[in-house]
Amino acid sequence: MTAGVTIEFSGLTKTFGAVQAVSDLSFTVEPGRVTGFLGPNGAGKTTTLRMLLGLVRPTSGTATFGGTAYRDLPSPLATVGSALEAASFHPGRSAANHLLTYTQAAGLDRERVQLVLHRVGLGAYGDRRVGGYSLGMRQRLGLAFALLGDPGVLVLDEPINGLDPEGIKWIRLLLRELADEGRTVLISSHLLSEVQQSVDEVVIVSHGKLIHRGSLASLDQSEQKQVIVDATDRAALAAAVEAAGYTVSPLRGGVLVENAEAADVGRIAFAAGIAVTALSQKRVGLEESFLHLVGEEGAL
Amino acid sequence: MSRFGGALRSEVTKITSTRMWWILAIIMVAYIAVCAGGAAALFGALGDSTNGPSISGESLAPLIYSFGPTLGYVFAVLLGALATTNEFRHQTLTPTFLATPRRGRVLVAKLVALTGAGALYGVLAMIAAVGAGAGLLLAFGIDPQLGDPDTWALVGRSVLAMALWSAIGVGLGVLVPSQVAAIVIVLAFTQFVEPILRLASSIAEWTAQIGQFLPGAASDALVGASFFSLAAGAGGGGTMLEWWQGGLVLLGIAVLVSVLGWFTSWRRDVT
Ligand SMILES: Nc1ncnc2c1ncn2[C@@H]1O[C@H](COP(=O)(O)OP(=O)(O)O)[C@@H](O)[C@H]1O
Ligand SMILES: [Mg+2]
Repeated sequence: MTAGVTIEFSGLTKTFGAVQAVSDLSFTVEPGRVTGFLGPNGAGKTTTLRMLLGLVRPTSGTATFGGTAYRDLPSPLATVGSALEAASFHPGRSAANHLLTYTQAAGLDRERVQLVLHRVGLGAYGDRRVGGYSLGMRQRLGLAFALLGDPGVLVLDEPINGLDPEGIKWIRLLLRELADEGRTVLISSHLLSEVQQSVDEVVIVSHGKLIHRGSLASLDQSEQKQVIVDATDRAALAAAVEAAGYTVSPLRGGVLVENAEAADVGRIAFAAGIAVTALSQKRVGLEESFLHLVGEEGAL
Repeated sequence: MSRFGGALRSEVTKITSTRMWWILAIIMVAYIAVCAGGAAALFGALGDSTNGPSISGESLAPLIYSFGPTLGYVFAVLLGALATTNEFRHQTLTPTFLATPRRGRVLVAKLVALTGAGALYGVLAMIAAVGAGAGLLLAFGIDPQLGDPDTWALVGRSVLAMALWSAIGVGLGVLVPSQVAAIVIVLAFTQFVEPILRLASSIAEWTAQIGQFLPGAASDALVGASFFSLAAGAGGGGTMLEWWQGGLVLLGIAVLVSVLGWFTSWRRDVT
């Protein structure tokens, strides 16, 4: 394994005709951690990763591995392993031959083919043509390609898409293992919930712009608390809570109180002589603060 | 240089690891064998009768053998064109460029690998043409000219023509990445447009001067014999390039379409 290096994005920008896909992105991704690259569909994640890998030419800015552009890496597959969103296989070629093709191109040891096939759980299916593979198996094959050169950096675009629950559990363990070995792991996703158990760091983009960068816990700070309360006389309850200075909104099964603690709402109802029939604290999850960050359009 | 070796080996594996190359090869061999054998039998039978066109045994054998490249070249072009258009169609350019970020190296490796594959197709095409053709000529008591070094020179030039056609296919596939469009262009041009242009160009001396540079005419010149040039020659305007000039024209076309394709598609963003 080569050492994990820092991925550096600096002022990265890409326009496709009139579409500003990526705007002035600057951030770094450190080794030894799993970094989630998050944003709704169309946020520019895939375009950013393709620019990093030399597949798309940036309009301006740079993306490097410790200062070296992908195309200038002396042995790219042994330095950076990547799996991109699109299924890139010839359906008539077996998985083992698919991998062999790139093993030869990169000058790697051909024993790596069987090794990575076993590592991703496809050891028994290597001789089958990829056309017959399920979506989950293709994801695993994509990952096998990424691991081919035993690289210190992994760049995975939506690796969890299409995996079954067992596969998701497996990839979480794998990502953790890879980061613990000191590798730099960058994975993209349009769903925070999909990766929140795997990532240490998050980079959130929306409309091609960086909107949040920090640890997973940093997302919690924007957490807001809500209370759901109900009473037989729902209108009187809502009026009393609103009179105490809270923002309320009607729900099907009660009243939603923003920025409140259950104990405070209970006290207000008690003081107003209203018997509550339900009272519960609702925590705004990470997912909701994520959606809040990426804006309404993010809720695609 | 070893990096180029890796890219080249990779391109060879790409050809051999799917069924396409041998399916196309079987169809080509069967087609050429039937046509060359059939023509040998037809002219062999006609030669016995007193009327009908008579072609001497000496010129008949090379004509029959030229069925190899004149019927086979379309298979060589298709093999080359499929090799590149498949990369676009199945989005395998992504892993290809990830493994070899120097795209020029990939394109040159592909051209070299497919030139080799085209030469192999050429060998198979000539085995079919000479095997079936000579067999039936012998059956009708016509000398198959197998002892004549000119025959083997024709076989060698045919293999070279097939190799160059495959390289043209690679370049065409880069210039026209859409697989369906590329196949339609290959079939329409080789089977329809070019034969008409060649016939039309044989009308006057000055048009014949241009017509000899058409790829099919250049290929016939390189091979040194074909029914088409025989027919055109009978029309009077049978202007032909030297065999080596024909080879250079084919090479020039392969380089030209590849360079054009480099600018129009190969260098572009892979999204
Ligand atoms: N080849 C392309 N041509 C034109 N627009 C593109 C191209 N690729 C991506 N885009 C646009 O760029 C934006 C970002 O896309 P993408 O990077 O795929 O986002 P994500 O991966 O976050 O879903 C989208 O608006 C998309 O339509
Ligand atoms: Mg994407």
